[in-house]
Amino acid sequence: MKKLLIILIASLIATACAPSAPAGPRTLTVMTHDSFAVSDNVKATFESANNVTLQFIKSGDAGAALGKAILAKGQPLADVFYGVDNTFLSRALSEGIYEPYNSPILANISDAFKLDPSNSALPVDYGDVCLNYDKGYFSQHAIAPPTNLEDLAKPEYKDLVVTENPATSSTGLAFLLATVGHFGDPAYLDYWRSLRANGLLVVDGWDTAYSTDFSGSAGHGPRPIVVSYGSSPPFEVIGATQPLIDAPTAAIVSDGSCFRQIEFVGILKGTPNLDLAQKWVDFMLSPIFQADMPLQMYVFPVNSKAPLNDTFQKYLAIPAHPAVVNPADIAANRDRWIEAWTQAVLR
Amino acid sequence: MDTGGTPIETHPGGVVRGADRPARLVRLVTSPLALALPAAVYLGLFYFYPMAAILQASFARASGGAGGAGAAIVAVLESSATFKVIAFTFYEATLSTLITLAVGLPGAYLMARYRFRGQGLLRALTAVPFVLPTLVVAAGFNALLGPQGWVNLGLMSVFGLPAPPINFVNSLAAILAAHVFYNTTIVLRLVGDFWSHLDPRLPAAARVLGASRWRTAGEVTLPLLTPAIAAAALLVFIFDFTSFGVILVLGGPTFATLETEIYRQTVYAFNLPTAAVLALVQLGCTLGLTIVYTRLSRRVTVPQTLRAASETRRPLLCWRERLGAGLLVTLLAVLLITPMLALAVRSVTQPGRGNGPGAAASGFTVAYYQALSTNPSNSIFLVPPQAAVGNSLLIATTTVLLTLGFGLPTAWALAGRGDASRNNADRRRLADGLDALLMLPLGTSAVTLGLGFIVALNRPPLDLRASPVLLPLAHTLVALPFVVRSLVPALRSIRPRLRQAAVVLGASPARVWREVDLPLVGRAVLVAATFAFTISLGEFGATAVIARPESPTVPMAIYRFLSLPGALNYGQALALSTILMLVCTAGILAIERLRVADVGEF
Repeated sequence: MKKLLIILIASLIATACAPSAPAGPRTLTVMTHDSFAVSDNVKATFESANNVTLQFIKSGDAGAALGKAILAKGQPLADVFYGVDNTFLSRALSEGIYEPYNSPILANISDAFKLDPSNSALPVDYGDVCLNYDKGYFSQHAIAPPTNLEDLAKPEYKDLVVTENPATSSTGLAFLLATVGHFGDPAYLDYWRSLRANGLLVVDGWDTAYSTDFSGSAGHGPRPIVVSYGSSPPFEVIGATQPLIDAPTAAIVSDGSCFRQIEFVGILKGTPNLDLAQKWVDFMLSPIFQADMPLQMYVFPVNSKAPLNDTFQKYLAIPAHPAVVNPADIAANRDRWIEAWTQAVLR
Repeated sequence: MDTGGTPIETHPGGVVRGADRPARLVRLVTSPLALALPAAVYLGLFYFYPMAAILQASFARASGGAGGAGAAIVAVLESSATFKVIAFTFYEATLSTLITLAVGLPGAYLMARYRFRGQGLLRALTAVPFVLPTLVVAAGFNALLGPQGWVNLGLMSVFGLPAPPINFVNSLAAILAAHVFYNTTIVLRLVGDFWSHLDPRLPAAARVLGASRWRTAGEVTLPLLTPAIAAAALLVFIFDFTSFGVILVLGGPTFATLETEIYRQTVYAFNLPTAAVLALVQLGCTLGLTIVYTRLSRRVTVPQTLRAASETRRPLLCWRERLGAGLLVTLLAVLLITPMLALAVRSVTQPGRGNGPGAAASGFTVAYYQALSTNPSNSIFLVPPQAAVGNSLLIATTTVLLTLGFGLPTAWALAGRGDASRNNADRRRLADGLDALLMLPLGTSAVTLGLGFIVALNRPPLDLRASPVLLPLAHTLVALPFVVRSLVPALRSIRPRLRQAAVVLGASPARVWREVDLPLVGRAVLVAATFAFTISLGEFGATAVIARPESPTVPMAIYRFLSLPGALNYGQALALSTILMLVCTAGILAIERLRVADVGEF
C-alpha cells in the first residue's frame, strides 16, 4: 500500500508542478453529466482517426454539471460540455458558456430539435418522459390501464401513481412541463390538485420512483404507474435477467401526455483545442456515435441517418405529439411553476 | 498560522536541559503550533480557500452588486420558509441524536465491559451501515418495512389485514430510523472505546462504599464518560443536521432541511446568493455547536488512569447478564443488521412475477454477480467489480494515511497537556479555535464545497479540478474531525505525571510520545483509522468533486447501475452493495488486527 501512496503523492506533485508538455497525442477533455456512456470501440474510432486521447469527466447530474461549467467560465474545465437539456438550455445560453459552431452535420438533423438558432448548443439526442405502467398489475386486477393524463384522476387509479419532485428531479420537471403544455397555465395546478386528492405519491428522483416504488421494475414496489421514459419498456427487455418475450411494462404515448427532453453539446468558450473540439462535436452528431447512444445512454438519435436496434423497433413507442413548452417560456416561468406546484401538491 | 520561527522557551514539564541545537529543533517541531501546522495548511488550501472563493463568487452574482448581496441575505434570513427549514433541521437532528444515543450507549456498555463470542464481528458489522449509499439503504428498509415489505406482508397474513399496517415510507420515522442505522456506530465506537479503558476500580470503590448501582452509574461512571459521550453526540448531531440523501430519499419531498435546500437552490434554481446564505447559516450552527462543545468538554474532562481493555472486560457470568446481553445484541442486530441482510438476500434472489419483494423471492441465483464481470454493452465506464473495489481501497487507504498523518499531531496539539508554560492560556485558546475550525467541513454542504473546488483550484500549481487526488483529499476533510475526536479525549485523560516522570527520567519529547502517549491511545488510533476507512469507502463524491468515470469507486458504480432500468441492473447494484459490505467488514477486521505499539499491554 505504501507504493500506492507514493504513486498518489507523485501524481499530486506531477499535476501540481509539471508544465503540461504536449508530447504524443493531444488530449481532448469532455465534461458530461453522470448518465453519459459510450462504447469502447466508438471512442477508439475517434481517438485513432484524430491522434487524440479522450478524457471524460463526469460532473454530477445535468443541473450540477451546468453549475460547474458556468462557474468555471473563462478557465473551462473541459473543451466540450455535453448534457444540457431543453429545461436548462436557456440558463446555459444566457450565461454564454458556449462557442457557436455551425456543424455541417446539422443538415441531417430535424429542425424540431434545433432550439438554439445561434448553434452554440447543438442537439445530440432526445428521450420522452412518459407515464409507464405495470402490465401484470392491470391484467391481474382486470382494470384497463390509463391511456392519458386525465385518466390518472379517476377513482380506479387511486393510490396507484408515483412521480418525481420537479424541484429535485429532471424527470419530474419534464413531467410537470408536460402537464403545463397539455393543460395550460394555471389549469395544470387544478390537474395536480386532483392527482393529490387521488393519492399521488411524490418521491425525490427517478431512481427512487422507478426502482423502489414502481411495481413493474425489479424493485417490485407497490405502485403500478410511474413517471419514467418512453424507452423504459424496451430496456426492461434488454436488461432482463432471463430472455423475455414481451415487455413487462408499457409507456403511455397519447397526444400531449409526454414531454420530450432534448440534450445538447457545446464547445466551451476559451478552449485551446477548438479544432479538436469541433471534430468531436461532428463525431457526436455522426451516425456511428448516434447509433451507439441508445444502448449506452437509453436516449435516441436526432440524426435521421442513424440506424435503430431491433429491440427498440419492436418495443419502443415514440409519441407522435408530445406536449410542447418553448424554452423561453420554461426559462421565464420554471421557478414559479415549481413553486406553485410545491404549494399545490406538497404543502 | 505562522509558527515556523516561534521559539519555545520552556521545555515541556519545566525541566531545562542544555539548549543544544538538535534538542531545540525537536522541541520546535513538537511544539503544539508546529504540530497543528500541517493540518492548518491543508484545511486552508482545500477547505477555507475554496469556501471563500465560492461564497464570494455566489454573492457576486446577486443582482445589484454589494447592496444586492446584502439585500439577498436579509431577504433569505427574514423569510418564514427559511425559519421553518432551520427549525425542522434542528428538530430532526435533535430527535435523531437522542434516539441514536439511547440505542448506542447500552451497546457501548456491553462492548466495553464484557467479553463474548462474536464481539469483534458485531463491532465490525455495526460500522458497515456507514459505507452504504442512501439509495441502497432505502432499498433495504423498503424490503423490510415498505408497503410490500416482509414485515407488512407477514403482519397482513398473520392477522388477515386488508392493508399494510405499517406506513413507513416517506415519514419522519423513516428519517429517524435511517439516522440511527447510519450513526449508532459513532456512539458504539467513540464511547465504547473510551469506556473500555475506564478503571473499573473507581465504580467498584463506590459500590464498596455503599453507593447503589444507579448512584454509581450517575455519579461515578457517567461523569467520567461525559467527554466521550459529548464528542459522539456532537458528531452524530452534525451528521444528522447536514443529512441529505436520507431526507430526500427516505423522508420524501415534504421534508426540507438546510442541506436539501442548499442543494435545491444551487443545482435546480441556480440561485447562488440564496444558497450561499443558507450555507453560511449551516456553518454558523456547526461552529456554534462546536464551540459550546469545546467549552463543555474542557470543563468535564478529568485526568484518570486508563486501563487496558483486556483488564476491564470480563465474560458474562450469570444468566441475568447473558439474557441482558442477548437482548441488547438482538436489538442492535434488528436495527443495524437486518436491513443489510435484506439487501444481501435480495442480491441472490431470482425475481419472480407478482408484486412485492415477498412474492418476488422465487429462487436462488448468482446471475447478478456473474453479470458484474461481463460488459455486454461494451461501455468504457463499466468496470469489473474487482477494479472498482481496488479503486475504493486505494482511495480509502490513502485517506487513512492522510487523516492519521494530519490528525495525530493535531490531536496531540489540541489535547494540550503537559506543558506549563506562560502562554499556555493563549495556546489553549488557539487550540480551541482550531478544534472548532476542524469541524466545519462536516457542516458544509458537499455541493457548495464541490463548486468551491471548481472556482478556487483552477490554475497551476493547484489545478486539481479533474485530478484523482482530489478524492482522498476531499474524504480527508470529512474524516479528520472523527480522527481528532477519537484521539483527543484519550490523550487528555493521560495523567500529566506519567509524561512528567518520563521527562524527568530523561526521555525526549519524541520518546515520550512514542512510549507513553502512543501506547495509551493506540486503541483510539485504531478507532480513528476505522472511521477514516469507512468514511472514505462510503463517500459518494460525485457532487463534491469531479469524478473520473474510467476509475469509479464502488459507490459510484452502484449509482451507475441504479440509474438504469431493467432487473439485471438493479440486481447488479444490490450485488455490488453486498460486495461493498463484505469489503468493509473485512477491512475493519483487518484494521482491528493491527497492533499499534503494543496496545493492551501497558
